[in-house]
Amino acid sequence: MATPSLRSPLGRVRGLGSARSGTHHWWMQRVTSIALLPLTIWLVFALASLAGAGFSEAQVWVARPFNAVLLLAFLGAGFHHTAAGLQVVIEDYVKPDSRRIVVMLVVKGLCALLWLMASLAVLRIALR
Amino acid sequence: MATFTLPKNSTIEKGQTFTAPAGSTNVRAFKIYRWDPDTEANPRTDTFELDLDKCGPMVLDALIQIKNDVDQTLTFRRSCREGICGSCAMNIDGLNTLACLKPIEDVKGEVRINPLPHMPVVKDLVPDLSQIYAQLRSIEPWLKSETPPPPDAERRQSKDERAKLDGMWECILCFCCSTACPSYWWNGDRYLGPAVLLQAYRWIADSRDEATGERLDNLEDPFRLYRCHTIMNCTRTCPKGLNPAEAIGKIKQLMVERQG
Repeated sequence: MATPSLRSPLGRVRGLGSARSGTHHWWMQRVTSIALLPLTIWLVFALASLAGAGFSEAQVWVARPFNAVLLLAFLGAGFHHTAAGLQVVIEDYVKPDSRRIVVMLVVKGLCALLWLMASLAVLRIALR
Repeated sequence: MATFTLPKNSTIEKGQTFTAPAGSTNVRAFKIYRWDPDTEANPRTDTFELDLDKCGPMVLDALIQIKNDVDQTLTFRRSCREGICGSCAMNIDGLNTLACLKPIEDVKGEVRINPLPHMPVVKDLVPDLSQIYAQLRSIEPWLKSETPPPPDAERRQSKDERAKLDGMWECILCFCCSTACPSYWWNGDRYLGPAVLLQAYRWIADSRDEATGERLDNLEDPFRLYRCHTIMNCTRTCPKGLNPAEAIGKIKQLMVERQG
């Protein structure tokens, strides 16, 4: 068994000091959630109106500039919000620090890749 | 990962039962967490039956009666018995509160009493508060001002400025709120917890204090401040009716505000 630390409680609590960050993450999580409210409602209604449409009709719908821009905005806000939310869960529950950093990089990397893939799909249709 | 189960030597076993004296009419059972650091034994739950007709109205009265008449080894902190010292904070009937302010009548059935959750236990109902006191010390809970006070006079505040401290100066540091917070349970080593953040805001909001920016700097951290997810257990459990969650929200607001 490792010898228990004899460092004072105050020394342990002060630790490495404050990270001087966290506000941007917290604020952007709120901003993206508010942005996603109208975007999600728009997407749900838009997709519902596409019910029964074929492949080519759907492509035409995506290619319209208005729809393409809102889709890209939805993807940007959506994946940013997903990554920010998962970051909070990981910070809450994943220990120790070494494992937390690895899990965080993997999850954020996946979110970034998925966002790029989805956005590329929209762009390819829109810019044909 | 966060641990959701108790380690083997912390699982709570069934303890002794002390039945009420013969001829008792109004019997109530108190199930109390016991742990003695001087033995190798696991913690246990002892059951004490008391005659409420011969006992004071508050849970603290029952604890004192048990210690006086039934089992002198029962260990708990208490001092003022009127909700101003914060010593007798414990988990009663599933909610952190002060034993001296909690009427026995408010509890239906047997009265379950445990130490404040998720703190190291010194003995029985006495938690080790050294870390949380160090966290309080770390936010420097005193007036910091470079401007000297006027000669032979106090530092003045307007009525409005003084009013901003209402709802915060009343905190007695019993730590019912911090130990009710799941975020504090999982990350108490780095998250400061609602009690300490309420104190931090008490000094941030003080018009006489000149270290607001420095105080915010020290709090701006994903763990120290932003582990608060507005779970609201703190506000629900506060025996003084204060609102630590609101104070934390105001700190976050200031953080955004100063980003411009």
